[in-house]
Amino acid sequence: MNYQYPDDRGHFGEYGGRYVAETLMPALLELEQAYAEAKHDPEFQREFDYYLRNYVGRPSPLYFAERLTEELGGAKIYLKREDLNHTGAHKVNNTVGQILLARRMGKKKVIAETGAGQHGVATATVAALFGMECEVFMGKEDIRRQALNVFRMKLLGAKVIEVASGTATLKDAMNDALRHWVTHVRDTFYVIGTVAGPHPYPELVRDFQSVIGNEAKQQLQEAEGCLPDAAVACIGGGSNAMGLFYPFVNDTEVRLLGVEAAGLGVDTDKHAASISAGSTGVLHGNKTYLLQDDDGQIQHAHSISAGLDYPGVGPEHALLNDIERAEYVAVTDDEALEAFQKLTRIEGIISALETAHAIAQVMKIAPTLDKDKILLVSLSGRGDKDMHTVADALEERLKV
Amino acid sequence: MVKMSRIATTFAALKQRRETALIPFVTAGDPDLDATAELILTLADAGADLIELGVPFSDPMADGPTIQAASERALAAGTTLAGVLQLVTQVRKKTQTPLILMGYYNPVFCYGAEQFVRDAAAAGVDALLLVDLPPEESGEISAVMRESGIDLVTLLAPTTPPERMKRLAAAAEGYLYYVSMTGVTGGQKISPEAIRVAVEELKKVAAVPVAVGFGITTAEDARAVGAFADGVVVGSALVKIIEENGQSEELLSKVAKFIVELKHELTAPAN
Repeated sequence: MNYQYPDDRGHFGEYGGRYVAETLMPALLELEQAYAEAKHDPEFQREFDYYLRNYVGRPSPLYFAERLTEELGGAKIYLKREDLNHTGAHKVNNTVGQILLARRMGKKKVIAETGAGQHGVATATVAALFGMECEVFMGKEDIRRQALNVFRMKLLGAKVIEVASGTATLKDAMNDALRHWVTHVRDTFYVIGTVAGPHPYPELVRDFQSVIGNEAKQQLQEAEGCLPDAAVACIGGGSNAMGLFYPFVNDTEVRLLGVEAAGLGVDTDKHAASISAGSTGVLHGNKTYLLQDDDGQIQHAHSISAGLDYPGVGPEHALLNDIERAEYVAVTDDEALEAFQKLTRIEGIISALETAHAIAQVMKIAPTLDKDKILLVSLSGRGDKDMHTVADALEERLKV
Repeated sequence: MVKMSRIATTFAALKQRRETALIPFVTAGDPDLDATAELILTLADAGADLIELGVPFSDPMADGPTIQAASERALAAGTTLAGVLQLVTQVRKKTQTPLILMGYYNPVFCYGAEQFVRDAAAAGVDALLLVDLPPEESGEISAVMRESGIDLVTLLAPTTPPERMKRLAAAAEGYLYYVSMTGVTGGQKISPEAIRVAVEELKKVAAVPVAVGFGITTAEDARAVGAFADGVVVGSALVKIIEENGQSEELLSKVAKFIVELKHELTAPAN
């Protein structure tokens, strides 16, 4: 397989592109140019590697989850520990890359959108590190759900801007971030948190996150001397999944498995499974799978995890789905909660609720596979931020 | 022989009369489609030269709070893209004022872009202005638009570099929409002098008339911008009147009064 996407106009097959207002078009062309130069500049790569190693704490460990493997009685399960990164999730890989790019472009201010708050915290962190002004747009509903991360961002010196429009969640935060960017585009760099948005964001976020898959590939080679049989990751916008998948795209013997949030079920109107149950459309600068009605109005997404609560998905996942290079399934809130508790009790790892969706899928497939098979799983983030949500969900059950 | 479009005819007539086009914007379906039908006729009677009809969208990323709210009201009232086309069909029987549908690409894409263009032409739509469909992405719609005789209006912004501006302006259809500031609709106070410099440059290379919009809220703004632009778009300020008087019997008379005032500034000698 010779996989080369995006094309020179930022398209992943029919997906991706640059569906933005003219005011932003020159900024995107400038960013594309700056990134193309940085990508081939050894000095930029050296700097990126330096901060990933010494500031983020990379390489992150690849951990053989022996007890989980025994318990499930099938394939060997390896966890790529992105939860052990500085700030507690994979998000920081991308924000380090983008802040270095922003600095290279001479920008002094950065903005970001955030859902669970992990990307907001990761952006506020690198903004503090490089002395840049930082504003984070966050839905009112998410501010309520993720109070801890809001406080972290404020401590880091960022201004958190409450977004009350629309559904007051991640998609609306992105709308308001784009509105702010249109107004301040001349001096502001927009740090997008996932592999979505207009070109070149899906490409550059994927590239910065590919450190996940590249390291895991090498670590698994050392541990087992082979490739995994499958790579599994949860998907909201899809940045940790894209980072895990991309280095394996040409290794067609490796199954790529993306796990979306099924919320209360993909046959209900409360889920966030854009690929499993959505249709093609254009939102936030790119063409991709979306949750929308017949008239092209975007619908509410729902997931117990704020980070997956988005009615779209990165355009490259849409392509990987259509060319059948990756498979996409969906896991419900309940299944994710179950997996969350199992991993906690059996391995002593409290993962993010987002990550628990990937674990839930592993719990479904590992027992069906032979013991010599290997599952590589992105443990994308830690669960401290979700304690309130989990407590609420569990207490409600205990009351019955 | 090619028949001159309603838009071209309108601008040619205005030029002869030494007037600047007044282009009001209203969101279709705010407060409901029947009211919009009456509003369109009122606008045309009161002096609107072209009318931009906003197609409501759930995620209007280029709009400020006023038009966001109008979009929400229109969607809550059950407005669909098919409904907007029916509205145009209906009012087209009563007015020849050019009607431009303005909005976002997704509803059009979901309708089926080619089918939409054909249906829009049949309904009597004169042009489309799709805020998030830059020339780089308009390939899948531009061919069928040319065939159907509707214009795809190009937007240019203060951030557009000169080389790009020249290229896009030369290829423009209908009229050019110059975005008066970096921002969303209904944004901060405009600076007519900065706009004048940009618009005068633009007119040297433009193949079509140049209209200016975003942030023009008062008769004074309209007069200042009308002195050098071929057209002036007023959106949020008008939508605000509809927001405040949507259920009132005085809605049409208040809207008419505002339009008459604006048009007066665009017909009176500018200097």
